[in-house]
Amino acid sequence: MKILVCISHVPDTTSKINFVENDTQFDTQGVQYIINPNDEFGLTRAMWFKEKSGASVDVISVGTAETEATLRKALAIGADNAIRVNATARDAQQVAKEIVAVMQENSYDLVIAGRESIDYNGGMVPGMIAALTGMNYLNNCIGLEIEGNQATAIREMDGGKETITSPLPLVIGAQKGLVEESDLRIPNMRGIMMARKKPLTVVEPTQEGQQVQTVSFEKPAPKGAVKLVDPENIDELISLLHNEAKVI
Amino acid sequence: MDFKLSEEHKAVQQAAREFAKTRLLEGVIERDSKMIHPSEQVAEMGALGFMGIMTSEKYGGSGMDALSYVLALEEISKIDASAAVIMSAHNSLALWAIETYGSDTQKETYLTPLAQGKNIGCFCLSEPEAGSDASMQRTTAEDKGDFYLLNGVKNWITNGGKADYQLVIAQTDPDKKHRGINAFIVEKNWEGVTVGPKEDKLGIRSSDTHSINYTDVKVPKQNRIGADGFGFKLAMQILEGGRIGIAAQALGIAAGAYELAANYSTIRSSFGKPIADHQAIAFKLAEMAMDIEAARMLVYRAAYLKDSGEPYGYASAMAKLKASEVAMKHTVEAVQIHGGNGYVKEYHVERLMRDAKITQIYEGTSEIHKIIIARNIRKGELALPI
Repeated sequence: MKILVCISHVPDTTSKINFVENDTQFDTQGVQYIINPNDEFGLTRAMWFKEKSGASVDVISVGTAETEATLRKALAIGADNAIRVNATARDAQQVAKEIVAVMQENSYDLVIAGRESIDYNGGMVPGMIAALTGMNYLNNCIGLEIEGNQATAIREMDGGKETITSPLPLVIGAQKGLVEESDLRIPNMRGIMMARKKPLTVVEPTQEGQQVQTVSFEKPAPKGAVKLVDPENIDELISLLHNEAKVI
Repeated sequence: MDFKLSEEHKAVQQAAREFAKTRLLEGVIERDSKMIHPSEQVAEMGALGFMGIMTSEKYGGSGMDALSYVLALEEISKIDASAAVIMSAHNSLALWAIETYGSDTQKETYLTPLAQGKNIGCFCLSEPEAGSDASMQRTTAEDKGDFYLLNGVKNWITNGGKADYQLVIAQTDPDKKHRGINAFIVEKNWEGVTVGPKEDKLGIRSSDTHSINYTDVKVPKQNRIGADGFGFKLAMQILEGGRIGIAAQALGIAAGAYELAANYSTIRSSFGKPIADHQAIAFKLAEMAMDIEAARMLVYRAAYLKDSGEPYGYASAMAKLKASEVAMKHTVEAVQIHGGNGYVKEYHVERLMRDAKITQIYEGTSEIHKIIIARNIRKGELALPI
């Protein structure tokens, strides 16, 4: 089985978020980058298939040279090959089209992408890959088993779960639950050394791509000061909740 | 001159940081309070390759350089200085000596399981009457032809309770003074080896520190490391490299306390603004940042010299002295910045302050390091700017 895991290179979850260029660009100053957590859940499950059934695992990212450290981490965790499409990721359709172009050169049985990246939260790439390739698509997966040519996935739904079967090839939208946070792997030292020798192929983009333009980003308003209300003064609390916070 | 870490070095740093945050942070306060050894976490450190980080791959190690070792120790020490000293004593005292001077048989028998983290190692040099003056060994290893008969007591042995293999320094020929000293690999399970009770310490409380008694222990001749009389020289060389590990530990303790203090100072307000905006606190943070960065440069440089195959004795002495002084000074300041909260365990800085003290004492006290640096000056080695 050949697995492709799509990796987004995203700011660390503890990063301070600021915008520049009239609030149209993310300020990357001093920001540490990580593997998008939803992608990492998928990568960890892919490693499980590799160890259990000898699947090969490729990782792909659309990004500039800075994303290579993130791809190397995926290699250190155990991926076999990495591919970087040499383009700045601008929108979901461009990213999906570039990944599909690479997929046409190497066929995959299973494509895993995080259900959304934690930076721009578009949540569209895995669906677009499925649409562009005609592969089946299961999103919000919290469980995945594969037997022969048949996948059994568990999807998270509002207030419940759904178990679905599908033949391969298949695109999976990964999230927490596919594996747990405690299952995530820290690269071991030997893995880091080996990652240096594993292939990281850089391919040129196939198209210009950008379809949408960001007009501006806006941060949520800063939290206001805390108001302390005397526990005896319920009327004041109700008045504040009704007139000021407008929640009741 | 290039001050940038390579991608591999950053990856090691990142992996150690991730390990420390996800595996060591939880339970660190309880382990410290109750002196619980982090055995599970040490096993994970073995699986991740930290327990044989500098040992060659041929013997099951990770084959990385001293800078990788330093970066990993720094990150681990920020969260748990006890786990860090377990790793440091194991790697740079026990493993380094066996890999550098051990026979092929010694390497196959002892180094491989140690480097894989399956077994733990310790270095037994200090004695009740021989600390800084390590040449005054009272532990004896009498040459009995086929074996040595080992008798004596070793004190303050890091990993003493958990170590399966001990690197023991003992006097074979008292007439030759330090030239009559030898180093031996001793197995914990051998008859006559008795590990004393765990020391109840001020800091690094979850690391296990013990005294070890040797009573008529028969040590096979093939377990002596190097030629007859090589033990003292070996011990001094071990400490030269070991100092880099403790320097990295001290650096991590200081940096961990600084990170906590810097963060706390932005969320704690007084007189209508974050305390970081009060000059009294801002100046403390500025001094912390500057001193830690200076210590970091010394520590990384000592590792770099070791990796380059250049003499690093004075550099590791400077790094260890500076980093441990910075750790002590600024963990105290970190507690001060935290005010009353800093005095309770929940905020971690009081533990880091207690942990910092030992870095001024073990693997050569601050005073001994000044002597080492001064001797290098007298030899003319530090006459010019470096």
